[in-house]
Amino acid sequence: MVKVFERPKSLTEKPFHYCPGCTHGIIHRLVAETIDELGIRETTIGVGPVGCSVFIYEYMDLDFHQASHGRAPAVATGVKRVHPDKTVFVYQGDGDLAAIGTAEIVHAAARGERITVIFVNNAIYGMTGGQMAPTTLVGMETTTSPFGRNKETQGSPVRVSEMLSTLDGAAYVARVSVHDPKHVIQAKKAIRKAFDNQMNGVGFSLVEVLSTCPTNWGLHPIEATKWLADNMIPYYPLGEFKVPTAPAKVEGEVE
Amino acid sequence: MLQEIIMAGFGGQGIMSMGQLLTYAGMLENKHVAWIPSYGPEMRGGTANCGVTISDREISSPVVFEPTAAIIMNRPSLDKFEPAVKPGGIILVNSSLIDKKVQRTDIKAYYIQANELAEELGNSRVSGMVILGALLELTKVVNFDSVEESLKKVLPEYRYNLIPLNRKALEKGAEVVRNG
Amino acid sequence: MAKILMKGNEAVGEAAVMAGCRYFFGYPITPQSELPHYMVKRLAEVGGVFLQAESEIGAVNMSFGAAGSGARVMTSSSSPGISLKQEGISYLAGAELPVVIVNIMRGGPGLGNIQPTQSDYFQATKGGGHGDYNLIVLAPASVQEIVDLTIDAFDLADKYRNPVMILGDGVLGQMMEPVEIREVQVNVPEKTWATTGAKGRKPNLINSLYIVAERCEEHNLRLQAKFKQMAKDNIRYEDYLADDAEILLVAYGTSARIAKGAIDRAREQGIKVGLVRPISLWPFPYEHLAEVAQKVKSVLVVEMSAGQMIEDVRLALNGSKPVDFYGRLGGMLPVTSEILREIEKLAKGGRSNG
Repeated sequence: MVKVFERPKSLTEKPFHYCPGCTHGIIHRLVAETIDELGIRETTIGVGPVGCSVFIYEYMDLDFHQASHGRAPAVATGVKRVHPDKTVFVYQGDGDLAAIGTAEIVHAAARGERITVIFVNNAIYGMTGGQMAPTTLVGMETTTSPFGRNKETQGSPVRVSEMLSTLDGAAYVARVSVHDPKHVIQAKKAIRKAFDNQMNGVGFSLVEVLSTCPTNWGLHPIEATKWLADNMIPYYPLGEFKVPTAPAKVEGEVE
Repeated sequence: MLQEIIMAGFGGQGIMSMGQLLTYAGMLENKHVAWIPSYGPEMRGGTANCGVTISDREISSPVVFEPTAAIIMNRPSLDKFEPAVKPGGIILVNSSLIDKKVQRTDIKAYYIQANELAEELGNSRVSGMVILGALLELTKVVNFDSVEESLKKVLPEYRYNLIPLNRKALEKGAEVVRNG
Repeated sequence: MAKILMKGNEAVGEAAVMAGCRYFFGYPITPQSELPHYMVKRLAEVGGVFLQAESEIGAVNMSFGAAGSGARVMTSSSSPGISLKQEGISYLAGAELPVVIVNIMRGGPGLGNIQPTQSDYFQATKGGGHGDYNLIVLAPASVQEIVDLTIDAFDLADKYRNPVMILGDGVLGQMMEPVEIREVQVNVPEKTWATTGAKGRKPNLINSLYIVAERCEEHNLRLQAKFKQMAKDNIRYEDYLADDAEILLVAYGTSARIAKGAIDRAREQGIKVGLVRPISLWPFPYEHLAEVAQKVKSVLVVEMSAGQMIEDVRLALNGSKPVDFYGRLGGMLPVTSEILREIEKLAKGGRSNG
């Protein structure tokens, strides 16, 4: 019998603790598959965030750092400067990266740190109890915007990919989604590019992944994927915002 | 022997380097030495000063509170440091730039036309070295050869051609105070 | 060995390089900026990495990453910047990472000024960041001692897998004194715990998260046992004319030097006065101080602060002797003659400013 689907070697056997319908698990898997494909499990060092994915080091069978809130890109900078020959990636959520950690991500990108950043945007703080994130859409109800995010007093959501793509040091910036199989395949290709870039010494690469949070959105998992497609994608358009001038060697093309 | 020396003037007069030079010379003579810059916003522009301590014994405070000698290269520094000099101490005033006289009678004042003397030697930039020469003559804190040797340590090699001029400036300053 | 004249800040940098440090992460702040200025050139000569971070927070977290990856790392700042680093320092202690942190103290609170003070003693020795942790805190009093303690700091950081702080002030950072530059036998222990890629072994994790309370308590108890050992093994102090002293001064760093000047002058008058200079502020030399103080009549603590170390002195003496205080604040230095006046008061049986 031929096995057509199995657990990536870069994932441990520990079952994910994520809520039903949360897409962190899919994104973890895509990263693990990419590391397996590239054969770099033994030469990759991850840096995890504070937030729902704080335990990523328990799921990924790799050397890992657990960083303080928002500082993962700075920690990864230290790791990469000591081990320039290793692959270093960062995994952060929207509170971690787009609120408390804005200085660290902007300057890691500006310096062109040769790291790969997986940025999971589900428009809300999950672990701390569904508070408003910098990426929360206008009108969206959260525990700290119970009447809906008010543009006048709470500002507009931050488009991280567009912002970072203006920096010369950012070599590759793309936004993808994982709300359906077609988009999962595209997301995988973007993640692969972001790792390829680092291995080719191209520079800073970031993939923003639109993700669901059915628990804190107060939706059924299926409804959540539809909500993402209908509400998040119009505000956070998918695509590649920045590609290396000298294109990275990639096997498959991303649309 | 304990000499606690203040050197003070405008930024750009080479005060800090002159202090380091003297400190270096003391080190070459195996004395205990310390150099400390003035510490404050006036470091940037305005007045610049540093303290140099040279001693036979371990130096307690590197900060010079009561100088045994002061080299004064501008008027504001005279106002600031004249009251601080230890009774019985000396104060060397660059009278090319300062027309005011020292008021205190319990310290000994020397007025040196350092800029004119330096120009006579052919380079107004060695005015500080003229006064330093006077200080060496009056205090014997280090000898002239040590200062000359220190110049080799602090100057880049392509500037070694300036060493004879600096030596002359030191001797000129010494001569002036020796002859009163 | 040849002596050269160096600024304190530069001496920290040279000593770090001598000790095998090849990674420096920093952010500009007066009065420690000569240290990054020195490091950027010196590390280029030895193939190291100098990186000016986006903030002190960035710098301490880069240090976290580099130390977790097995390198000898230094980061430096001055008081306000050290406040910013406190989160990172707590994480370094929690994840047990060896980083040498330099604080060239300046005036506070808030922006304060750029003049020398000793007003970060509490922050350095009593925590600073959150959680139960300790740093080894070493307080040099000369440029030569800056070199010696900086070299030791790297060894201690590696030995205990714990951050170590060099606590100086603007005077020590800015002053020049002769230093002996010597060959140092660099012995970095093998760091099997570092993240280097999980090749042929189980993954290594650099972490301070223990979500289950029982595990977090175990972790803390293990740390406490380590701190206890650190405290036992690393007490350092200098006694100056303390043997026959009837009045004992206690001061560290720049204050201790100025105090020595006052002691010399008091001795000329026949006043029997001496000094204990704590060199390790954590661990503090409690027992030694208590022993020396047994023979004295009174104790005077001199600090460039409103009185911080004095609390440890009082703990050490436990009420057995009167403890007086003389301090200057906001970047003002204690003057030799003023300290002498306080000594004279005590010698006459009076009290100091207490």
